[in-house]
Amino acid sequence: MPATPNTLIELRGLRKTYRLGDVDVPVLKGISMTIHEGTLMALMGPSGGGKSTLMNILGFLDVPTGGQYLLDGRDVTTLSANARADLRNARIGFVFQNFNLLARTSALKNVLMPLEYARNRKSAKEERAWAESLLERVGLADRMEHQPSQMSGGQQQRVAIARALVNRPKILFADEPTGNLDSKTSEEVLRMFQELNEQEGITIVLVTHSPEVGAFAKEACHIKDGLVVGGAYDERALS
Amino acid sequence: MMVLRQIAAAFISLRRNILRSLLTMLGIVIGVAVVITMMEIGAGASQSIKSSIANMGTNVMMIWPSAVKTAGISSGSGGTVTLTEEDCTAIAAECRSVQAVTPSLSRRGIQAIAGNRNWTPFVVYSGNEDYFKVQSWGTPASGRYFTKREVDVAACVCVIGQTVKEELFPGQEPVGQDLRLNSVLFRVIGVLPRKGANMMGMDQDDTVIVPWKTMRNRLSRSGGSATGSSGNSSSTTSSTSDVYPESSTTIYPERDSVQAQNYPLPVRFNNVNQITVSAKTPEQVADAMEQITQVLRRRHNIPEDGENDFSIRDMSEMLKTMTATSGLMTTLLLIVAMLSLVVGGVGIMNIMLVSVTERTREIGLRMAVGARGSRILAQFLTESVLLCLLGGLVGIGVGRCASLVIAHVLKWPVSVSAGAILISAGVSAFIGVAFGFYPAWRASRLNPIDALRHE
Repeated sequence: MPATPNTLIELRGLRKTYRLGDVDVPVLKGISMTIHEGTLMALMGPSGGGKSTLMNILGFLDVPTGGQYLLDGRDVTTLSANARADLRNARIGFVFQNFNLLARTSALKNVLMPLEYARNRKSAKEERAWAESLLERVGLADRMEHQPSQMSGGQQQRVAIARALVNRPKILFADEPTGNLDSKTSEEVLRMFQELNEQEGITIVLVTHSPEVGAFAKEACHIKDGLVVGGAYDERALS
Repeated sequence: MMVLRQIAAAFISLRRNILRSLLTMLGIVIGVAVVITMMEIGAGASQSIKSSIANMGTNVMMIWPSAVKTAGISSGSGGTVTLTEEDCTAIAAECRSVQAVTPSLSRRGIQAIAGNRNWTPFVVYSGNEDYFKVQSWGTPASGRYFTKREVDVAACVCVIGQTVKEELFPGQEPVGQDLRLNSVLFRVIGVLPRKGANMMGMDQDDTVIVPWKTMRNRLSRSGGSATGSSGNSSSTTSSTSDVYPESSTTIYPERDSVQAQNYPLPVRFNNVNQITVSAKTPEQVADAMEQITQVLRRRHNIPEDGENDFSIRDMSEMLKTMTATSGLMTTLLLIVAMLSLVVGGVGIMNIMLVSVTERTREIGLRMAVGARGSRILAQFLTESVLLCLLGGLVGIGVGRCASLVIAHVLKWPVSVSAGAILISAGVSAFIGVAFGFYPAWRASRLNPIDALRHE
C-alpha cells in the first residue's frame, strides 16, 4: 500500500430509497466513506443492511437517490445509462456470488465476452492471447475450452475473476464471491484477490457477511441499517 | 468488422439453443416455402394459360359473315354467307401483316370407322393447305399434311389427331391406312402432333382434319351451312366410284348463258362460312385486322358509310382476360402465403420473447460488464433477423423443391419466379426486424440489477 494513498472513491451522504407501492423504503440513509486506491476493502454487515445496494451504486449498476458520488475526484452521481455502461466496461470488474457465466460457452469465450462492448478493440488474436494469459493467471490454463457445467464452483469463480479482469479495470467489486463455495475453495479464491490486489494494485471491494472473508481484507467497513457503523483498521485490531 | 463480429456472436448464441432456433426457423421456412411454391405455381399457371392460348393461336383472327339486312329483315349473325375462297386469296396476297389464311369449316358428329373399330371424333375440321400453319400445329408426328392440289381436287385424304389414332389404330401406324368418315372412304396421310386439351378442357387431339373442299362437297350432305342462301350449288354426294379423283373435278356445275342472264349477280359458289387468319406475330393482330377490313370492304363493294358484312374477332381479349384471371389468382395465393409468413413472424416474436425472458440473467451480465442498451437491442435484433434470413434461405430451397415435386407428381406447370425469391427474402428480413424489435427493445430496457437477480 502506498504511503499516501490516493482517494479513488468518495461518498458524501449517499442515500437510496426504494418505493414499494406507496411506502418509501430507505435502504441507504446517508453513507459517507472513502475508498483509497489499491485497497482491499470488505463491506460487511448483516443481510438487508444495504451493503449490496451500496455496491450496486458503487459499481454504476444503480443510481443513488441523494448524496454525492465522486470517482477520481469527478462527480459521477448523475450519469446517463450509456455513460454508466461505458464506465462499467472500462473501469470496473464484477465478480458475483453465483458466477453468472454464460452457459454452454467455453471458459475462454466467457472471458472474452466483455471485450465485445469495449471502446478500443484489439485484433481477435490479441484479445484471445490476453484472455488466455488471464486464465493462466487464475490457474485454468488447462480448462480454457471447458464449459461452466464441466467445471467445479471454484473453477467457475476463477473464470469469473478472469472475466472481471479482461478490461483491465481499476476496481473490482465482488458480491459474496465465496457464498457458493466450500471453505477450501473460498480460501483459494480469496487468496487470489489478495494476490491481485498486491501484485497488480487493483482496488478490490468485497461484499460479505462473514467475518472469515472479511479477515482477508486490508480494511473493513460495516454497514448496518443503511449507515456506516464501523470502519477500517480498528475492526481487525479488535478481532 | 463490428457488424461481422455481431453476426458471428448472434450465430453462436443461436447455435447454443440449436433445437429452439430450428423450431423457430420452421415457421419462417414454411411461410417462405409456401410463398415460393404458390408464386411458382401461379406463375406456371399463368404461363401455361398464355402458351395454351398461343397454341390456340394468340395471333389468330376469325372472320365471320355478319348479319345482313334484306328488306328491313335482319338475318342474324351468319345468316348469309358473304365470304368466299377468293376473299381468302386476296387477304393472303394483299395484307402485309397476315401470315396465312385458311377457310374453315367444321362439323361434329361424324363417325370414323377403320377396320372393326369406330369412333366419333369431337370435331372434324377442314381447311386449306395453310390450315396447319394458321392453327400452329407444327410439323406432323408422322406422314404429311395435305397439299394445295389435294385441297383443289377435294381429295379424300385426312390427317388424324393422336386420340383418334389411339382409338382407331391402336398400336399401328395409321399413315397409309384407310378410314371412313360417315360413309366416305378417306386415306390417312398424316398424324397430328399431340397438343393436349385447350383451355376449355376440350381434347384438341380428338379430331380429324380434311381439305375444306372435301368437307364441303363430300362430307356435308346438304353442302353444309356454307351454301346457305346461295345454296343450290350441287351438293355432290359421296360416291364410291370417285373416292380418289385423278384430276381436278368441277365441283360446281358451269353456269350456262341462260343462267348468267337470269342471275346477273355473281352467285358465290365458293363461299365459306368462316375464314381463319393468322397474323405474323401477336403484336400485328391489330394491323392485320385493319388491312383485312379494307380488303374485304373493297371486295364486297361496301360503300363508305355502309356496315361491314363480316366481323373479325381476335383472341387478344381472351388472352387479356385469362392473364388477368391468373394474375388475380397469383395475387390471392400470395396474400395467403403472406399471412402464413405473418404467422411465422408472430412465432418468431414469441420465441424471441421467451428467449429474452430465459436469458434475462445473461442480459443483466452483459449490461453489468458494460453493454449499452443499444448493443443489447442490436444483439437480439441481429439474432432474429439472422434467424429469419436463414429460415428464408431454407424456405426458398424447400419451396423450390416443393414446386418441383408438385410439377413432377401433379404435373402442374411451375416456373421459377425471381420476384417470389426476392420478395420472400425481403419479407423474411422485414419480419425479423418487425417481430424481433419488441423483444429486443424489452431486453435493452431491462434493469441490470433485476436482470442479474432473475431466476
